[in-house]
Amino acid sequence: MLRVNNLEVVYQKIILALRGITLDVPEGKIVALLGSNGAGKSTTLKAISGLLAGDGGQIIDGSIKFQAEKINGITPDGLVRKGIFLSMEGRRIFKGLTVEENLIAGAYTRKDRINIKGDINKIYEYFPKLKTLQNRKAGFLSGGEQQMLAIGRGLMAKPKLLLLDEPSLGIAPLLVKEIFQNIKRINEEEGMSILVVEQNANVALSIADYGYIMENGRVVMHGESARILADKEISEHYLGIGKEESGNNKIFRRRQRVIW
Amino acid sequence: MIFFLQMLINGIVVGSIYGLVALGFVLIYRASGALNLANGEFVIFGPYICLMLMTALKVPFLIALFITLLLSAILGLVVERLVVRPLQNAPVISVIMATIGLSSLLAGAVHMIWGHSTKTFPPVFPQTPVNIGGIVVTPVYLWSFIVVVVLLIIFSIFFKYSKIGLAIRAVADDQQAASSMGMSVKFVYAATWTIAAIVAAIGGVLIGNINGINPTMASIGLTVLPVVILGGLDSVLGAIIGGFAIGILQNMAGGYLDPLVGGGLKEVVPFIIVLLVLMLKPHGLFGSRGIERV
Repeated sequence: MLRVNNLEVVYQKIILALRGITLDVPEGKIVALLGSNGAGKSTTLKAISGLLAGDGGQIIDGSIKFQAEKINGITPDGLVRKGIFLSMEGRRIFKGLTVEENLIAGAYTRKDRINIKGDINKIYEYFPKLKTLQNRKAGFLSGGEQQMLAIGRGLMAKPKLLLLDEPSLGIAPLLVKEIFQNIKRINEEEGMSILVVEQNANVALSIADYGYIMENGRVVMHGESARILADKEISEHYLGIGKEESGNNKIFRRRQRVIW
Repeated sequence: MIFFLQMLINGIVVGSIYGLVALGFVLIYRASGALNLANGEFVIFGPYICLMLMTALKVPFLIALFITLLLSAILGLVVERLVVRPLQNAPVISVIMATIGLSSLLAGAVHMIWGHSTKTFPPVFPQTPVNIGGIVVTPVYLWSFIVVVVLLIIFSIFFKYSKIGLAIRAVADDQQAASSMGMSVKFVYAATWTIAAIVAAIGGVLIGNINGINPTMASIGLTVLPVVILGGLDSVLGAIIGGFAIGILQNMAGGYLDPLVGGGLKEVVPFIIVLLVLMLKPHGLFGSRGIERV
């Protein structure tokens, strides 16, 4: 469905953020894109959704194909119309608008305006909390509620491919679980393909079908999520999942040095 | 008592026009966070065109007004395209500086085309004053009040319920997030500049009908700045209520205090009010504080 091929991105014409990244999102699947800070995850999502220009970024090589059509160079609103929707990092809901207005804003590019009311109710079904807050200004919501709203707003656009940038950022672990279960449910019920960028590798891989691990603007590892989770070396080295002692041992060994 | 009411009515009428001109400021501020300091020139551009159509080409008022609004919309679009859009990713202060330059340019153009003398409109509204409970009001005053109220209602509905209104508010809130919704920031900017130019032209035509027009009228752009600050820079309702408040206070000061101090207070009062407001309510009466989560 989405194929990113050998993509290179620079910021301000000098900082090379992506050094030839290649990844695939198959129809109806959840793909997780993992990695540490500064690995290039968010840049990848912004490149796909055409939002690089606002940050001074530029694609210098490679291609992005969506349903076999080359899409780099299309404007952000054109991409939303084609069915790619990015739910940006840090939620970015419209603070001065009410919850309901935020949801309507998500449906901005849709032609079938009569169905919007029904779809809003569907969002309230996924996230019952939002219904009770529907007339509140979104800026007054808690972080978790804002994240639900940000995902709901994405669903209102009825995209074929939903890109989620760090849906767990700044949210309590219990709520993170709930939000990810909802993401899984949305994927199953709506058949929506989802590409999710996460720091919290464990929770992302628990719902994803496939995982990519990025480092320094490259994909260093990819595979079925079950395989990544099972592979001890990958989990420990790249994702910080794994036994505490093994890590401690290494630190201990390094600490044995000459004491003055 | 009659004197008081007369001052009040005058204040309301002048205030309604202040509100209308202030609306132009507010619309552009809401969408882009920039102040359009050429707003005063937008205001005088309209009545000059309208007057030219009516006197030189003998076009009836309503048709002339329609053509005026059309041309003003085009002026707004052209300004957005040539001045604002190239600065889209530049800091807001650059846009404000550009509008200062634009204001000189437009003022020069007005001087060049229409000269410096004051021109009066041929009578458009009925001349016989209306008597409301002992207070005498000229119809043009009444009309300007009605026009402003109608426009206020239209704009409130437009911003609350229309698709473009929602997009304008969303872009004002978070530009990048709005474009990730598929909203075209360029389209929203073009729409607001067009609407602002139309509103300014309506205000200008009303003033022109009351006082006649000359190039110095552009200073209304500065006079309404206190209005906008009093009402809150980003509030449509605030602009209108601020307009009424400043208009009334100005007339009251002119009526009651000017004889005591020997005149001139009318021009100063708005700015005194602004100082007080800024000290007590820095965001204006209806301005949004901005929601900050800590």
